[in-house]
Amino acid sequence: MLSYTIRRLAFAVPTLLVISLLIFLLLELAPGDPMAQVPLTVPPEVKAQMREALGLGEPVHLRYWKWLVQMVWVEPLVLVDHLFGTDFSEGKLRILSWQHRGPVMDVVVQRLPQTLWVVGTAYVVGILIALPIGIWSAYRRASIFDQAGTFVTVVGYSVPPFFTGPLLILVFAVQLGWFPAIYDTTHRVTDWQGFTVQLKQMVLPVMVLSLQTTAQIARYMRAAVLDNLGQDYVRTARAKGLSEATVLGVHVLRNSMIPVVTVIALGMPAIFGGAIITEQIFSINGIGAQLIGAIKAPDMPTVHTITFLFAVLIVLTNLAADLLYGWLDPRIRYE
Amino acid sequence: MRYPGFVLAAVLTSVMGLPAQAERGAQGQVNIIYWQAPSILNPYLSGGTKDLEAASLILEPLARYDETGSMVPWLAERIPTVENGDVSEDLTSIIWTLQEGLSWSDGTPVTAQDVKFTWDYCTAPGGGCAQAEKYSGIEAIDILDPRRVKLHFDGPMPFPYSAFIGAQSPILQKAQFADCLGPRAPECTAQNFAPVGTGPFVVEEFRPNDVITYTANPEYRDPAKPAFARVLFKGGGDATSAARAVLETGEFDYAWNLQLAPDVLSNMESAGRGRVVSAFGTLVERIVINLTDPARGLGPARSTRAHPHPFLSDAAVRQALSLAIDRALLVELGYGTAGRVTCNVLPAPAIYASDANDACKRQDIPRAKALLDMAGWIDSNGDGVRDKDGVALSLLFQTSTNAVRQDFQALIKQWWSQIGVETELRNIDASVFFGSDPGSPDTFQKFYADVQMYARNFDGTDPAAYLANWQCDKTPTPENQWQGSNISRYCSEAYDALIAQMQQTADISARAAIARAMNDRLMQEFILLPLVDRGRVAAHANSLGGVRLNVWDSELWNIADWHRKDL
Amino acid sequence: MSDAPLAPVPGLARRVLHQPGAVLGGGLFAVIVLAVLIGPLLWPIAPEFIDVAARNQGPNLAHPFGTDQLGRDTFARVLWGGRISLAVGLSAMAVALLLGTLVGLLAGVFRWLDGPLMRLTDVFLALPLLPLLLVMVLLFRDSLSGVFGPEGGIFILIVLAIGGTSWMNTARIVRGDTLALREREFVLAARAAGCRPVALMLRHILPNVLSPILVSGALGLSTAIVTESALSFLGLGFPPDFPTWGRLLSDAVIYLADYPARAICPGLAISLTVLSVTYLGDGLRDAMDPRLH
Repeated sequence: MLSYTIRRLAFAVPTLLVISLLIFLLLELAPGDPMAQVPLTVPPEVKAQMREALGLGEPVHLRYWKWLVQMVWVEPLVLVDHLFGTDFSEGKLRILSWQHRGPVMDVVVQRLPQTLWVVGTAYVVGILIALPIGIWSAYRRASIFDQAGTFVTVVGYSVPPFFTGPLLILVFAVQLGWFPAIYDTTHRVTDWQGFTVQLKQMVLPVMVLSLQTTAQIARYMRAAVLDNLGQDYVRTARAKGLSEATVLGVHVLRNSMIPVVTVIALGMPAIFGGAIITEQIFSINGIGAQLIGAIKAPDMPTVHTITFLFAVLIVLTNLAADLLYGWLDPRIRYE
Repeated sequence: MRYPGFVLAAVLTSVMGLPAQAERGAQGQVNIIYWQAPSILNPYLSGGTKDLEAASLILEPLARYDETGSMVPWLAERIPTVENGDVSEDLTSIIWTLQEGLSWSDGTPVTAQDVKFTWDYCTAPGGGCAQAEKYSGIEAIDILDPRRVKLHFDGPMPFPYSAFIGAQSPILQKAQFADCLGPRAPECTAQNFAPVGTGPFVVEEFRPNDVITYTANPEYRDPAKPAFARVLFKGGGDATSAARAVLETGEFDYAWNLQLAPDVLSNMESAGRGRVVSAFGTLVERIVINLTDPARGLGPARSTRAHPHPFLSDAAVRQALSLAIDRALLVELGYGTAGRVTCNVLPAPAIYASDANDACKRQDIPRAKALLDMAGWIDSNGDGVRDKDGVALSLLFQTSTNAVRQDFQALIKQWWSQIGVETELRNIDASVFFGSDPGSPDTFQKFYADVQMYARNFDGTDPAAYLANWQCDKTPTPENQWQGSNISRYCSEAYDALIAQMQQTADISARAAIARAMNDRLMQEFILLPLVDRGRVAAHANSLGGVRLNVWDSELWNIADWHRKDL
Repeated sequence: MSDAPLAPVPGLARRVLHQPGAVLGGGLFAVIVLAVLIGPLLWPIAPEFIDVAARNQGPNLAHPFGTDQLGRDTFARVLWGGRISLAVGLSAMAVALLLGTLVGLLAGVFRWLDGPLMRLTDVFLALPLLPLLLVMVLLFRDSLSGVFGPEGGIFILIVLAIGGTSWMNTARIVRGDTLALREREFVLAARAAGCRPVALMLRHILPNVLSPILVSGALGLSTAIVTESALSFLGLGFPPDFPTWGRLLSDAVIYLADYPARAICPGLAISLTVLSVTYLGDGLRDAMDPRLH
């Protein structure tokens, strides 16, 4: 297992290099102009000069190489400096955004808290609700609970966040006035009072997001448990006189987790990546909003950096899922 | 006899009995929401309105436009004119005098050095200054004394008010930006995120593309202002959520650019927490007509003057298209009180607005049909589409993705079908449409369509540069990478002569007459079809006083006067 | 432990008909398909007809679903929009399922393919969707519309764009299940009996990974219907006056407070379709599970 892990990690390096190059070429090829948001009152000659100042005149391979050096060498040095108070990165040029001209990584770090708070919480809440729903729906197949569960999860999944978000705002923020409609990113939790304020502003976006997660995971969980309930080992376990709770909670659950672990791992990078539409509706300005803003600008260094970090997470979580398979079902071997 | 300090203070305040407004920072915090979040607070590195306006709380120009469009001195003592001797008789130089006793928010004095430095900063090669146009024509700047600068132009400048005017070209502090010239400009992150200014507020924290907090500038020249101690400037979301936050939930005091369906806005307003305000400038939503042939088969010669358009080069067809449009209905459905019918591409300021084209205000389908009949465009094969010599009146109508624009497209398509013109609609993401990537087929400059719709305006009040956009030489072509502002590909010697004449004329009423003549020429040849004169729309809480919506400058130009009203 | 292979057996149709969920789902789905196929022929109002005088109406006799901000009949638009949304949703879902199942099975069954195919999946998961779609349009719109005509070209482009960017979850799920199945006794037995890999894959493994595939199919359908509307905002989809359910829903969201019916109608249409497909899938799964009989 260990040698497999090491081999996979070693293989991740060329994979990520290829991904970063592909992303770069894709962005290069995509139609778009960093001057698109500059007003039409700015004459074309001035826009040409502005483009030049962004370094767009340089050849493609040079720009990719520059980004790569900054990403894998300068930015880690900055992190080291930040942690240990050294000054290795002194005078080295960091990855600068085309929109705000500041270091891209600083903004990513600035955005992480609000993204993790909202999207992370929603993910955890969604999983915690989904697992029992999925298991119980399968266990009591065709019961009222199963029917209602299927109905709610499917309807919940099929209405997109751009609809549920404004709906919840209308009901809970405008009509009832219980929760704020705009997320205050400057809010700092220092005491109990501050914590309740934070909770209140998280309620609506977390509801919107966890609805999607819950629906998706509950459906897969239900299907997997159903597949396992009919298996012989369940009959054997029951025959041995194990309680239903043990049979369901230990044997069936463990064997049903493979597809669910896959789905959860696939969704993990999105916790970091944020939720584009929901972030926009509630003005959370997390990494999702940052990415979509950068794509629309378009701000190539920001898009490239964020999607690359995203790719790192995808590769790592998928590796984690593969390792978990082996733990869940020891018969799965990698060599 | 000695009093303890606090007693003295208590006595003093009770004696003075100041109303709360007259004390700096006495009224707490004001919350502003812009649904596009500011990225940078240096207007020279970004042309975006959101960035200019966020910076306008900090950085100020020598003079700016008030809400009526007239120029008022801001950091300068007075507006230079030929009459007061500050503009030379031959119009080749202008002298600006700073007010006395101005200081930066760090306490150092504002001097003529800073003014000259601002010009150096924007014209330094390799810096990519977004406002370079404002400084074009300036040959040199002399410092006459610590408060006076003299700008020398490379020729007579009939309208010399462009550098250092308005939110686009405020004064930077030399001490802060001295090391940020040219290619180093983008690297000065600390400076670009928190410029030192003279305005009513200073940056406390700036998070790009998210939120800005400002505090009152302790050195602001009026000791009683600003009334608010803090500003929270939130960015992000969309226009609907911003409007809701002011009008319905009251979380914010001011929201910018609320381009929403009129009935949606008025329903929100009826919640009674805030008001919608609008003001009109030069922004005109228009349909631009392609005078050249965008047919796919032409390859690189597509949409170039090598091939005139098969039917839009016929003025009768263009006029018929204009007559078929019910502009009043477009305004009512799309903009409500934030729009006005216009028949001019130059609707304001008032002296430039022509009244020669007002016929377009009424939809006239029978006349449009008659025009087409007369020009020989008839439906010869009975398919509902007029044609002539095998060419059918069938167009591709493109615009950017935007709910109101898509409604307009649908309406106009129906009207044009009534006069026998078939329309195919296309919408394109704004970042592609307004981008000028020569590799993309969908940019508005390439214009691979027959007609397209968008809006544009011009900075300040002088239309000379705007009207020069229809100069023959400014046509986008493959040779100039499609960079050009003459999107219609209009080419007229008479029009170009008017542009040249405008450049030589200084007298304001003579300039106005030329501008109207240029406008009328474009309108009467139906080179583009103006639809709606679009206002700026904002909303503010009922408790917020002092808002004077200004379309000629930053909306937040007078934030020093904003205050909390007793309700 | 002796897992019996799940295999399509004769009488599947009869068993499906014995599943009340499947009958309900199938019936509902048939009604929806019939409505969008025949409805527009029977309903007298054209979906793009603008009657400004009748705008912003609530549901009434002349306009059972009300009218929009330009006075277009929402009922006619929902019926018409259903054609596109169902066609795009079902085809894109089919493309994604086929691709995902194929990649997942191949990676799970053939060890030497696992690495490359899963890294390919990582690549597709990592590429930013929006620029990818914009590039696809740039490269293929003109050539596809040249071959299949403007509307056919756009349809194929949209289906490939959605299907080609949403197969990865299915692939990873199918592969995960396959890895576990590969070591089960019945597969080992089949292999020992000389069953060729392809036959093994199709006869023994595929039927056993069917239930997660059916779940991702139903979820994928709703994603595809909604994604189609996102594409048309990018200028990638059908022309703006072409109603589709996703577009009708997102256009109506700003009017949610004042005219809720306008958003609820297309929203309900999407939900009912996905619901019917889900029930159909569940019933199909149950009908194929021999242990339940």
